[in-house]
Amino acid sequence: MKRSNWEEYQKSIADDKYYYARSCIRQNFFPGSEKAFLDIMQRDLGKEVFDDPLHTSCTGIGYHSDIVPLETIMTVVARQFALMNEAGYENFISSCITSFGIYTELLSTWEEFPETEERTRENLYKATGREFVKPKNLAHTSDIMFHHRHAIAERMTRPLINVNTGEPLRVVEHIGCHYAKIFPKKGIGGSEFPYVLAGMIEAWGGEVVDYPERRHCCGFGFRNYLVQANRGYSVANSQKKLESMAPYKPDFIVCNCPGCAMFLDKWQYTVAEMEGITYGRGGRGIPVLTYEEMAGLVLGYDPWKLGMQMHQVDVEPLLDKMGVEYDPSAKYLGPNGKYIGKPEPAIVNHRSQRNLYSIKL
Amino acid sequence: MASNFGFSISKPRVIDIDRNNLRKSNEILREMPELQSCIGCGSCTASCTAGNLTSYNFRKVHTLVRRGEYVGAYEEMNKCMLCGKCRLVCPRGINTRKVAMLIKRKLGDF
Amino acid sequence: MTEKRVAIIGGGVAGMQMAIHLKERGANPVIIEREPTLGGKVAGWYVLFPTFTPAEQVVAPLKQRIAELGIEVMLDTTVTAIAPTCVTLQHGQLLRCDAVALCSGSTLFDARIKEEYGYGIYDNVYTSADLEQMMREGEVRMANGERPERIAILHCVGSRDEKVCQRHCSKVCCVTGVKQAIELKRMMPQAEVFNFYMDIRMFGPGYEEMYREAQVAHNVHFVRGRISEASPLSEGRLQIKAEDTLTGRPLRMSVDMLVLLIGMRGNDDNLPLATSAGITLAENGFFHPRNHFLDNVESERKGIFMAGTCSSPKSIGETLCEATTAAERIINYLNRSNKA
Repeated sequence: MKRSNWEEYQKSIADDKYYYARSCIRQNFFPGSEKAFLDIMQRDLGKEVFDDPLHTSCTGIGYHSDIVPLETIMTVVARQFALMNEAGYENFISSCITSFGIYTELLSTWEEFPETEERTRENLYKATGREFVKPKNLAHTSDIMFHHRHAIAERMTRPLINVNTGEPLRVVEHIGCHYAKIFPKKGIGGSEFPYVLAGMIEAWGGEVVDYPERRHCCGFGFRNYLVQANRGYSVANSQKKLESMAPYKPDFIVCNCPGCAMFLDKWQYTVAEMEGITYGRGGRGIPVLTYEEMAGLVLGYDPWKLGMQMHQVDVEPLLDKMGVEYDPSAKYLGPNGKYIGKPEPAIVNHRSQRNLYSIKL
Repeated sequence: MASNFGFSISKPRVIDIDRNNLRKSNEILREMPELQSCIGCGSCTASCTAGNLTSYNFRKVHTLVRRGEYVGAYEEMNKCMLCGKCRLVCPRGINTRKVAMLIKRKLGDF
Repeated sequence: MTEKRVAIIGGGVAGMQMAIHLKERGANPVIIEREPTLGGKVAGWYVLFPTFTPAEQVVAPLKQRIAELGIEVMLDTTVTAIAPTCVTLQHGQLLRCDAVALCSGSTLFDARIKEEYGYGIYDNVYTSADLEQMMREGEVRMANGERPERIAILHCVGSRDEKVCQRHCSKVCCVTGVKQAIELKRMMPQAEVFNFYMDIRMFGPGYEEMYREAQVAHNVHFVRGRISEASPLSEGRLQIKAEDTLTGRPLRMSVDMLVLLIGMRGNDDNLPLATSAGITLAENGFFHPRNHFLDNVESERKGIFMAGTCSSPKSIGETLCEATTAAERIINYLNRSNKA
């Protein structure tokens, strides 16, 4: 695909000295990813990233679920900015796409409606006695990883190449909706042909696979999956994407949004259990990675240190293709060597009889 | 297969032209090319005796048939009372009663 | 009034028609054309609606008459500023005149801006202008050289679209879409052609009849709904999505070729030209006449006239008509100023 138009959508990304805002849910579902980001930036690349224990959830999930009012989330966001100022930083980076969307949207709201910013300043001062300066630079952490992709490539020990065939790995990238669908100019490559993950894949030796439902939402929604009865609609969206990508035989999916990575992974389990269908090679599911995990593997990190044992779809077939050495017996041992428990066998990780991988294009 | 999840996977509502078999639809259009000239004005449905009392929508049913969506079309057309008012009002001069009869003849199996 | 000089900006069908009339009435027109040849957009078209007349049959006689009458033509020449008695050319060169006529036409919408359709990114996404070019070359083929078996034609690309700052209707794309659908079916009767439209606007003589002919005689499918995006499939094919609004259901299909009916927009240099002349532009970026009724070929400023698509999207017939009318008004103006 001639994706050259991504160059028209550039945004300024700070080079160093970041204030890091974590995601609420990633530490549960992909617990090693944020740690990997910090390690890669600080240890491998020598960048300064401040991981502030004082900051809170941006309350985005509550906001999108009609629980947290707009005034409240504005004040929470203002407090994060105040904490950044107090720590002596100007570049705010967020690990979560929902948060990134919220920060972008609120900065824009304050720009368009200055009275809302004034009210937020009053609310923050009344509640906490704090004042704030808006960040000089706002970026998602995948933007930061993209920004440093060539530096990572220089330190790469395991490119995205199938060691058995020597061919590039076929990678499907999925971008969180709130990364660029709200403000296309705030995303690298815009909303139609985002390049933030594709750029990493290409820089690290893989091949980006385009497929018809690439732009479709993973189905995360907020109200949609929070209510159990609505989940059939959420899972149907992931299923639509998986059906569409299966014929292109991707080796793995990479996401930049906490919700997408979680749902594209976990809904594969659900679909397999409910309907017996899987979408990847050998009757299995398609492994779903975060971009930090992808970067970590490329840089030679241990997959269990990256938290990849927490995936619903087993990643071992991918690790084997990449030639990653790992200790199978260490998979379910935590960082302190203590057994962390093991999931029940699931259809998604065993040969399913109904596999969409083999269908013709 | 496992466990009660408390929900089932929603089925897609999309009209998938690739998956639909247009053979019957093409047969109908070959017999009545004028049906293709429908401009969706809705005069037929507005004047329809049955459509004013039931959910029967003549325009929508024959449009779906042209897209290869046949399921239920026969049953829907059974609601037609063959009064002929729709044919009187159609600005494109489509023999709408014949459309109803043709769909019933061709799509009885769906 | 002999040797009264009229500077005509643009050598498309409007400029040529106007020059011929002015010359025949005794004025001395000069055509200033930025391209290396006369003919404008029409010269790039294959056949014209609603009669399928070759475009060449319109352009060639006009060109021939220009030559016969010995009308002065300046090619490869750009105008940077205008006033009723003087036109500034590139490099600051001045051209004295007694009246100015804007026949500068319009610009075809750049389909790349509607990124969701992937023009310039995916093979087999073409514009209506590309299709005309292919037809002029005698063959409609996919990038891999094969004949397309299923083609979608999308109306209103760059027209009636707030998102790309083009709110206006480009008027002639609907009938062009119907014309191209018929041409495709004539060339390839086995191909399936689907037109996706928001409204069908058949404003001219014979147009509605053509629409009906496309439906009944050629079995062209018309789906009321705008394509929301195109995505790649294997072998250069494309998946498109729309709503079939008449059934209220989303619709999806694969096609071998997607044709985008691109609209007309105001030229980028309309604003600097208007500013130099002390006239204003319409909100949509086109020039606008002093009023839409009795002075519809005259600008707000005496001595500056206009004809053709520089003032709004128009058909070729309407453009030629306006050029004749404007020539008549210019003659009257020159006569009056002569007496004064």
